[in-house]
Amino acid sequence: MPSWPVLISQAFNGLALGSLLALVSSGLTIILGTLGVLNFAHGALFAVGAYTAFVMLQYTSSFVLAIVVGCGFMLVLGFVLERVIIRYFYDRPHEDQILVTYGIGIVLVECIRAGFGGNAQRVPVPSWGQGATQLGFLIYPTYRLQLIAIIAGLLLALYLVLYRTSMGLVVRAGIENPVMVGILGINVRRAFLLVFAIGIVAVGLAGMLYAPVVAVAPDMGANFMAQSFVVIVLGGLGSFPGAIVGGLIAGEIISLTSAFNSSYSEVMLYALMALLLVLRPQGLFGTEGRA
Amino acid sequence: MSLLEVDRINTLYGDSHVLFDLSIRVEQGEVVALLGRNGAGKTTTLRSIMGVLSPRDGAIRLDGKPIGGLPPSAIAAKGVQLVPEERAIFGGLTVEENLRIAALTAPKAWTFDRIYEVFPRLKERRKSAGRSLSGGEQQMLAIARALIRDARIILLDEPFEGLAPLIVRDLVAVARDLAAEGRTMIVVEQNVAAALSFANRVYGLNNGHVVFEGTPADLTANPGMARDFLGVAS
Repeated sequence: MPSWPVLISQAFNGLALGSLLALVSSGLTIILGTLGVLNFAHGALFAVGAYTAFVMLQYTSSFVLAIVVGCGFMLVLGFVLERVIIRYFYDRPHEDQILVTYGIGIVLVECIRAGFGGNAQRVPVPSWGQGATQLGFLIYPTYRLQLIAIIAGLLLALYLVLYRTSMGLVVRAGIENPVMVGILGINVRRAFLLVFAIGIVAVGLAGMLYAPVVAVAPDMGANFMAQSFVVIVLGGLGSFPGAIVGGLIAGEIISLTSAFNSSYSEVMLYALMALLLVLRPQGLFGTEGRA
Repeated sequence: MSLLEVDRINTLYGDSHVLFDLSIRVEQGEVVALLGRNGAGKTTTLRSIMGVLSPRDGAIRLDGKPIGGLPPSAIAAKGVQLVPEERAIFGGLTVEENLRIAALTAPKAWTFDRIYEVFPRLKERRKSAGRSLSGGEQQMLAIARALIRDARIILLDEPFEGLAPLIVRDLVAVARDLAAEGRTMIVVEQNVAAALSFANRVYGLNNGHVVFEGTPADLTANPGMARDFLGVAS
């Protein structure tokens, strides 16, 4: 039995990992929900985000500036991918969509490898996030605490966009029934372009924010993508609240299990998913309906 | 010039040919009923007009201008509005949000208050999620989404299907009021008596062909046609 301080510290790690998974998965789930495309390039785009932060920080010492420019880059990348490739696959079978997004993922990862080599890079923790913070019961790395707060703020912003704006209204309706949105006079394809780009910015941003915490390597996204697939199954496919709750649950399960025996952490995650699929196949926040 | 002309369209679902050289026309201010058995092609006709399905050939004209091949959003922008058979209410959105999204791209959208005058029940349920509405309330909302857009021509697909008689009576009253105000509609309905109570003209469809065209009185005068092709005992 691990000691209480270890457990508490792991619970905080779980919160950090969980909020990150929530951000990654919310992009994945709104793309799946509205466009009907399961984006297998999501992990590669996470790595692209991390490398974007790495490159930007060669030119500026401001982490914030690096992230702002990085988001602009991810936005453009999202627009280009949608216009040039993804939009031709909306009416194609799921197998084709999986193959093309998987292919995009491979190309992106290999481009990174060609440009930066296969070795891990280090992204420095921003100056305002150095050191550790005394929480009374726990001393915890400052940047990880900030990470939790920043991601919470981003998820709140995404929530406000989805639930308080006309664009969000179109996205939520589009998740349920894109054909009916079109019948009501809204150009669904243009909304799709925006949704895809927002999803790509979300995952890229997750990669940028996480870069100072981990080794930045070309295939760093693979594990994240597998876990975020589990998250959206837990939360319910296409559900934004589901991605958040599912992300936090997954993060805590992985981290807390690691406190006991790290080799079981992923096993526990998949065991939970299997259990949920038996008891509630549509996921925590899922509704029956669109497959 | 007719407001809407469907001119010898052929529409297919995959390999199965559903509409054969089908032609109908709708004048401004007119209510046209499409009658026929299941599988006669009524819903397919409405979906072709809305652009949900693209006819393989033939033409669909609104104000004499072709609209065939345009996406549904472009056809909706010209004032055509389908109220689909399955109602397609957004279950996760509230009643008001369903109305808001419908009004989003309408140049002359109605106010909520004007909608609530037509359907007072929707005002009571305005904060409720679409999925919590009864079938009748969902149908009211489906029609309200077309009205709030101030659609020039409303395509009603089986608006009374599966609803309790009292609710059907209320909805028929609303449809009659709309007809009396001169709103152009095409209605597909199995409940022939209800449809004929506010239609000016009738097309009978059988196996994707128009087999009858006339007034409700003509149809009543021709019971053989009604029985043999339309599955209608009038």
